[in-house]
Amino acid sequence: MILYLLRRILYVVPIALAVGFVCFMLVQIAPGDPINAIVPPDAPQDVVEQVRRDYGLDKPLPVQFGLWLLKVVQGDLGRSLATGRPVWADLRTAIGNTLMLALVASGLGFVLGCVLGGLAGTFRGSAMDRAAVGVAVAGVSVPHYWLGMVLVVLFSVQWNLLPAMGAGPGGSSDWEWDWEHMQHLVLPAVTLSVIPMGIVTRTVRGIVAEIMNQEFVVALRGKGLRRWDVFVHVVKNAAPNALAVIGLQLGYLMGGSILVETVFSWPGTGLLLNSAIFQRDLPVLQGTILVLAMFFVALNLLVDLIQTALDPRIKRA
Amino acid sequence: MSTTIPTAAEAELAVQARQAQARSPGYWAGVWRRVRRDPVTIICASILALMLLAILFAPLIAPHDPYQGSMIRRLRAIGTPNYPLGTDELGRDILTRLLYGGRLSWFMGIVPVVLAFGIGTSLGVLAGYAGGRVNMLIMRVTDVFYAFPSVLLAVAISGALGAGIFNAILSLTLVFIPQIIRVAESVTQGVRNLDFVEAARASGASGFTVVRVHVLGNVLGPIFVYATSLISVCMILASGLSFLGLGTKPPEPEWGLMLNTLRTAIYVQPWVAVLPGACIFVTSICFNLLSDGLRQAMDVKG
Repeated sequence: MILYLLRRILYVVPIALAVGFVCFMLVQIAPGDPINAIVPPDAPQDVVEQVRRDYGLDKPLPVQFGLWLLKVVQGDLGRSLATGRPVWADLRTAIGNTLMLALVASGLGFVLGCVLGGLAGTFRGSAMDRAAVGVAVAGVSVPHYWLGMVLVVLFSVQWNLLPAMGAGPGGSSDWEWDWEHMQHLVLPAVTLSVIPMGIVTRTVRGIVAEIMNQEFVVALRGKGLRRWDVFVHVVKNAAPNALAVIGLQLGYLMGGSILVETVFSWPGTGLLLNSAIFQRDLPVLQGTILVLAMFFVALNLLVDLIQTALDPRIKRA
Repeated sequence: MSTTIPTAAEAELAVQARQAQARSPGYWAGVWRRVRRDPVTIICASILALMLLAILFAPLIAPHDPYQGSMIRRLRAIGTPNYPLGTDELGRDILTRLLYGGRLSWFMGIVPVVLAFGIGTSLGVLAGYAGGRVNMLIMRVTDVFYAFPSVLLAVAISGALGAGIFNAILSLTLVFIPQIIRVAESVTQGVRNLDFVEAARASGASGFTVVRVHVLGNVLGPIFVYATSLISVCMILASGLSFLGLGTKPPEPEWGLMLNTLRTAIYVQPWVAVLPGACIFVTSICFNLLSDGLRQAMDVKG
C-alpha cells in the first residue's frame, strides 16, 4: 500500500516535467521568433539582442527548457507583454475566482447528478429513469457557452432578476461573501454545472443499477432491511467511484471554464486567457496554461490517492 | 498427413476464427435490425440527414446572400417578412447564414475526429499489439496529453498557433488522438491473446497479416463507436474555439462565430442572438444519441 502510494507520487514527477515541456513548447510553436514573446515589437535591435542573451534564447532548446524550468520552479512565470506586470500577480487573483466558480459548479453538479442518477438507477426503466437520462444527455451535449447566453436572456434581459456580467457590483473582482457578490455567481455556476451534472448522473446511475443487482443487496433485502437502510449500503459502495468522477470534473471545469467566463466576464483564468489570446500575450497564455495543467495533474493524483484510501477493495501494489 | 485431419483443438480454433470473421453478414444484419427498432436513433439520424442535406444544398435553398448586409435592416426580429429568422448585426439574413454556417461547423466537428480516428487507431493498435517498449513509448506520451483538460489543450494549441480553420482542426485532432489511442490500445490488448489470434501467429502469419485480418476486424467496431461519441464533443469545442475568435474568421459564416458576434445584440434581439447556439445544441445532442444507439446496437460495452 505504502509502496503503491510512493510509486504513484513518484510517477507524477515525469508527467509534471512533460506537461511543463508542452507548455514551454507553446511559445516555440507560436509563429514568429520566440523573442517577440518577451520584448515588445517596437524595441530597438540592441535591446532585443541583450534580452536574447539574458534569457538564454541563443542557447540550444534543451538548455533553454532547463533555464525556463528553473525560473518557473522559483515562481517566476515571466512578465505580461500587455501590462508589464509579473504574470503570477494577475494569475493569483484569477485562479481564486476560477476555483470558486469551479467548486460551486461541481458541487452543484455533484448533488444534482447523485440525486438524478441515484433515482434513475434505483428505479431503472421507469419514466423517472428516462427523464434523468434525457437530462444527462442534454447536459453533456449542450454547448455551455450558449446555455449561458440563454440564461442571460431569460434571467437578466427578460426578467431582470440576476446580473449578467462580472463577479461583483461595479465590475470589482475582489470576492466577498455577501448577497451582491453571490448574485453574480448564480448564472455562471449553474451554466458550468450542467456538464458534471450530466456525467455524474450517468456514472451514478450505472453504479447504482449494478450494485442493486448484486447479491449482497438482495441478501440485505431478504434480511428485511428497510429501503432506506439498503440505500445507505448502496451509497457506501457507490461513493468512491462517484467521488473520483467529480474530482476529475473539478479539474476539467477549472481548465474548461474559459468559454463560460468569457460569456459572463467572470474575472478568472478564462478571461485572462481570452485577453492573452487577443493581445498575443504569450507569457500570460503560457503561465496560465501551465498552472491550470499542474493543478489538474495534482488533482488527478489526489483523486487516485483518496479513492485508494476510501475503497479497501482496490489493492494496489 | 496431419494437415488433412485436424485435431480437436485445431478444429475448435478454426470454428472460433470462422465465427469471428463470418460474424460480418449476420452481425451487421443484426445491428441494422436493432437500429431500426430504436425510435430515438432513427429520429436523430433523420434530423442529422435533413441537416446535412440542407447545408449541402445551401446555395439552392438559402433565400439571400450570406455576405450581403444592409445598414437599414439590422437586427430584425424573428418572423420579419422575407427574413423568417431575422437579420444579424450587419443586416445579413440569419436563415441564410445558419445554412451556410453549418457547412464549416460540421466540417470542423467531423474532420478532427476522422483524422484522430485514423491516427489514434494506428498508434493504439500498434501499442496494444506490439507491447513492450513500443507500448511504453506510445502510452507514456499519451499520458502527458491526458494530463491536460481537453478544452484547455485545444485553447492552448490554437491560442499559440493563432486563429484559423487549419490551426483549429490541428489542435482538435491533437486533443482527440490520445483519447482514441487509449481505447484502441485496451481493446487490442483484449483481442491479442484470444486463441485464434495466437493460432494465426503460430501458423506463421506475419505480424502485419495477423493485425490486418484478425485484430482490426475485431477492434474497429468498438473504436468506431467511441469515435462517433467524440463528434458531439468536437462540434461543441470547434464552435467554442470560433466563439473565442480562434477558429473561423469573420465574415465567414460559422455557428460559433455567429454566436460570438451576435452576443452584443443580446439586449436588442435576444432570441435571434441565441439561434446559432440552438443549431449547435441540436446537432450535438443528435450525434450523442446516435452514438448511444449505435453502441447498444453493436453491443459494445463501456
